[in-house]
Amino acid sequence: MQRYSGFGLFKHSLSHNENWQRMWRNPTPKPVYDVIIVGGGGHGLATAYYLAKVHGITNVAVVEKGWLGGGNTARNTTIVRSNYLWDESAQLYEHAMKLWEGLSQDINYNVMFSPRGVYNLCHTLQDMRDSERRVSANRLNGIDGELLDAKQTAAEIPYLDCSKNTRYPVMGATVQRRGGVARHDAVAWGYARAADALGVDLIQQTEVIGFRKENGVVIGVETSKGFIGGKRVGVVTAGNSGHMAKLAGFRLPLESHPLQALVSEPIKPIIDSVIMSNAVHGYISQSDKGDLVIGAGIDGYVGYGQRGSYPTIEHTLQAIVEMFPVLSRVRMNRQWGGIVDTSPDACPIISKTPVPNLFFNCGWGTGGFKATPGSGHVFAASLATGEMHPLAKPFAMDRFHSGALIDEHGAAAVAH
Amino acid sequence: MLQIFCPHCGELRAEEEFHAAGQAHIPRPLDPNACTDQEWGDYLFFRDNPRGLHHELWIHAAGCRQYFNATRDTISYEIFETYKIGEKPSVTAKPKAAAPGEQA
Repeated sequence: MQRYSGFGLFKHSLSHNENWQRMWRNPTPKPVYDVIIVGGGGHGLATAYYLAKVHGITNVAVVEKGWLGGGNTARNTTIVRSNYLWDESAQLYEHAMKLWEGLSQDINYNVMFSPRGVYNLCHTLQDMRDSERRVSANRLNGIDGELLDAKQTAAEIPYLDCSKNTRYPVMGATVQRRGGVARHDAVAWGYARAADALGVDLIQQTEVIGFRKENGVVIGVETSKGFIGGKRVGVVTAGNSGHMAKLAGFRLPLESHPLQALVSEPIKPIIDSVIMSNAVHGYISQSDKGDLVIGAGIDGYVGYGQRGSYPTIEHTLQAIVEMFPVLSRVRMNRQWGGIVDTSPDACPIISKTPVPNLFFNCGWGTGGFKATPGSGHVFAASLATGEMHPLAKPFAMDRFHSGALIDEHGAAAVAH
Repeated sequence: MLQIFCPHCGELRAEEEFHAAGQAHIPRPLDPNACTDQEWGDYLFFRDNPRGLHHELWIHAAGCRQYFNATRDTISYEIFETYKIGEKPSVTAKPKAAAPGEQA
């Protein structure tokens, strides 16, 4: 792998940037791999990278039906935070947060991680109580968090409407200053490049259409380009996980919904942090390019069409204008939908399945991007050893039969 | 925006009046106490979540406030039919595992 550096930039500028190495190979599949990962998004690529780097398992294939990072990795609002209420999820997301902090150096790729602070607004007395509880829980778990009153909030977010005349007056906010945003595409590309350099085969334009089993044990995947053998198979297919489970012969406690996001025309810097509101339900940040990046809730019905409905767009923008009336005449440039796999308790499923040697990492719902490094890290450990990583254990699928749910609905700072 | 025909009102109305309520035809176990954890968990949480034809429950929340069922394509979002609770779907292009139940 060609190392990226300031010196490299200078050197390549002398040859008009025509001699850059390709970021990854385009290999033909081998007959058998130690591990096959289905799904070449952020989580799948991170899994492949940590398998190779931490566990020394380099005979790995990532099988992707489209192109790398073309699904939800390219469609989210890039927010990174770890202020979750319950211990299990707080530890998992904080694990990811710690990896974010050194990620660009680790994979020698600038993922533009920008810990600019994530604010969660409180609009009611109950919001304030819940937030105080969450900040306290976060601190006990070693996660930074502060509770701000209305005055402090107004001082830190100048354009936020903190007047008493609003329908849902801002009473305060919590802030996680280590939270922020990262460049979503760079995360996928960076992991892909680093994994490829360690010998992982990234196989694009190849759709998995079935799982081959022998005596009930999975021995590989049937793809649109033929059979690929694998001793262990990890499925990381987000919105299409329900479909993959059906191919493998079982069901998941998931429903797939479109989740929309929008970006505005580029404007001058106006928002220097991430601002989320649970009560009016919207979140907003500003990219380095100047676009406002906006998101909110899912479309209510089960859907696989990567677009969303107009009522949801309207509700999203209502929330944004409620918070920032100054933005009421900003024009929206683009709008899109990603398919998120929502679980009943708004927590992921990182689990063994009824099929031996087949593992699923799914159910991240509306909040998977922030977990990308942590998710890959613990899933790689699970695939390498065949036993679930301690941080992943509480997220096993059997919690939906045992009743040990991790109820992050709303508890996790915004409704999922 | 989806235009949904409410079988109770007998009219085509805008999507905003409705709420989707998930997969239809999931009969509640007659004796929940007799269920194993496996059966009860399956009933509560596990869903088909198909990519394609989906029989699902809707409520006309800002209208007659009654539940009904719809058969919809989850990729194109085309609605093939809506029908009252208790009725069976007439569009079942793909064979469906779950038996049509009385209610959901």
